[in-house]
Amino acid sequence: MRYQSFLIKYAEIGVKGKNRYMFEDALVKQIRFALKAVDGEFEVVKESGRIYANALSDFDFEDALEALERVFGVSAICPLVQVDDLGFEELKKQVVAYLDQVYQEKDFTFKVDARRANKQYPKTSEEVNRDLGEVILEAFPGLSVDVHHPQVMVHVEIRSRINLYSQVIPGPGGMPVGTNGRAMLLLSGGIDSPVAGYMIAKRGVVIEAVYFHAPPYTSERAKEKVVELARLVSAYAGPIRLHIVNFTDIQLYIYDQCPHEELTIIMRRYMMRIGELIARKEKCLGLITGESIGQVASQTVQSLAATNDVCTMPVFRPVIGFDKQEIVDIAERIGTFETSIQPFEDCCTIFVAKHPVTRPDIRKIRHSEGKLAERIDGLVETAVETAEVVVCGRS
Amino acid sequence: MEAYLDNAATTRVMDPVKEIVVRAMTEDYGNPSSKHKKGMDAEHYIKEARAIIARTLRVQDKEIVFTSGGTESNNMALIGGAFANQRAGKHIISTRIEHASVYQPLAFLESQGFEVTYLTVDSDGHIFLEELKQAIRPDTILVSVMYVNNEIGAVEPIGEIGRLIKEIDPGILFHVDGIQAYGKYEIRPKREGIDLLSVSGHKIHGPKGTGYLYINEKAKIRPLIYGGGQQKDMRSGTENVPGVAGLGAAAQEMYRDLSGHIEQMVRLKDHLIDRMGEIERAVVNSKKGLEGAPHIVSVSFQGVRSEVLLHALEERKIYVSSGSACSSNHPAISGTLKAVGIKREFLDSTLRFSLGMYNTQKELDYAIQVLKELLPMLRRYGGGPGGKRR
Repeated sequence: MRYQSFLIKYAEIGVKGKNRYMFEDALVKQIRFALKAVDGEFEVVKESGRIYANALSDFDFEDALEALERVFGVSAICPLVQVDDLGFEELKKQVVAYLDQVYQEKDFTFKVDARRANKQYPKTSEEVNRDLGEVILEAFPGLSVDVHHPQVMVHVEIRSRINLYSQVIPGPGGMPVGTNGRAMLLLSGGIDSPVAGYMIAKRGVVIEAVYFHAPPYTSERAKEKVVELARLVSAYAGPIRLHIVNFTDIQLYIYDQCPHEELTIIMRRYMMRIGELIARKEKCLGLITGESIGQVASQTVQSLAATNDVCTMPVFRPVIGFDKQEIVDIAERIGTFETSIQPFEDCCTIFVAKHPVTRPDIRKIRHSEGKLAERIDGLVETAVETAEVVVCGRS
Repeated sequence: MEAYLDNAATTRVMDPVKEIVVRAMTEDYGNPSSKHKKGMDAEHYIKEARAIIARTLRVQDKEIVFTSGGTESNNMALIGGAFANQRAGKHIISTRIEHASVYQPLAFLESQGFEVTYLTVDSDGHIFLEELKQAIRPDTILVSVMYVNNEIGAVEPIGEIGRLIKEIDPGILFHVDGIQAYGKYEIRPKREGIDLLSVSGHKIHGPKGTGYLYINEKAKIRPLIYGGGQQKDMRSGTENVPGVAGLGAAAQEMYRDLSGHIEQMVRLKDHLIDRMGEIERAVVNSKKGLEGAPHIVSVSFQGVRSEVLLHALEERKIYVSSGSACSSNHPAISGTLKAVGIKREFLDSTLRFSLGMYNTQKELDYAIQVLKELLPMLRRYGGGPGGKRR
């Protein structure tokens, strides 16, 4: 079957009142961006409350579909066949030919759903439904009509030309990226943070990311892995500005000055602080982490509270209530899992105490941080100023 | 200054190699199997390389089969040798300090019903001849021992092993993984009882993706790769003419003045080992002089994780290998280091420095100087919180 176009349906953005046009425009923009990577030329148009991606040349159907399946805000994708209006007798043949080609097994229930944008058409929608239904039943005796719960809804849209479609491929849902502000993702090389970034991007938020690099305790390859993860997330979220912060001096200073069982918490507090400073510079309104309650010592509720204590921006933790396996499932689905489990961040374990505190007392932590007073502000300032920016994904 | 001290991993291609490779790619690019002149010209490169290599071993030209490298040579020797001789028995003997390209084919053979005995080694990494003698059985068909260990540079007594095997049963195939030895030793398969010898090109300043397997004309071995019947059916596939030519040129260069070359390497190695003595709590696991391989120096640095030190050296443009992996992500801590009984606390603290023909004493002095600078700081943090008492 040669499809010439996709009808793209969207759900949530349909209900946004006066802002609706803004959401639609953002969706159109994201669809255009996604289709840029596909072999073929497309025009993306808004037409009476729907979005069409029309092919202007031959194109790779599978790739185009895959690209559209990654655009947040899309609730469903319907591949369309367009035929010329050559009269109703011809339409009957066209519809039969369409079903013949799209469905290998002819043993399903169906219903015809006709709509006339062209009200001059000689038959009413009801008549079209009835007459086409009859023709289809004659052509394929294995089919039967079910008007309440058809397995296949055969859509016939009569406009200047006629659109036929019956396949509805689910999209990712969510909202178009660019409709909900901007947030800074704390990206490690692990499984959780890319998933967290994906989930927040799905709500329409533009993502930036910050990675804490600690050479020689973390390797160049670990850094490359994080760049690759950002690139993978960008397939959904659009290009991501990744800020690579050199964290070594801060880490060593904390190690020298503070009790070792508190190292992880204090380090995380400084990561949050630096993340927030860069977020502010980049006009982000929130932070995103991949924290999940109880997963490790630094993610107990007490530890989360101690880490959160330094943040003034909202911190979004979309996987907070997920089990590891649930996060892994998403990571596998969006394609970040395999990269996440590459073992490159070996040596940061040096800075993990054998028995880290699991119920940190915020007052005690603050007191310990007091020992950093002499140099820490300068170190943080340097870390922020010297951060390297890598743009991940096509821009 | 830059110091590439990872020549046991791979080497820089030498200039004469580069030249012949380029010529074989851009001028004499024919297929050696083609009947026309262009094909013959290409074939000459293969013949020439084969002749050069055969001379370095004092063997016949027809006993050299070119492969894609050391791994393929080891696979071909072990799998091809085992399957061709399985009617005589299914027992194989090897050691606990072999490279993965020997271990993994052996593991495959075990899954195919072969039985493998792994010999232990002493603290210098040498096998016990008596243990080998005891291990040989009537159904033993193959013995595989590496010439030079890639991690610590231990040199096995190949000649003695070969003679011992052949005295007991001349029918047993003797395979030697010579990947770290070729270009550093006079290897005489006929005299040392070696039936199969694996060699890699890129360890001797030749191109990657090249290597060969010496196969004694009397040895029975089955090919692994089938196709157009090149190399007398032993290894089908259009010959990698530029690679083979480069391998030949590298072999020629290495063996043109082998003793001079070895002398230079040993002098550098001994210098490095001597100067390691200036570094606190550094234990050298390799032997000075001719007791160990001329190019490998394994050193354990107490109180610092090898991978951290490796990356710290990398920042100063000094490139080395860690003798083992550093964390739970790599459960397979070096088999060799464990087998020679290196203390647990050192397993994760061992680096390998390996020399090549382009290294200079200045580079080694630079490495020592940088180590002296880095170690105090890294040791302060390197042991982790568990290692430091507060």
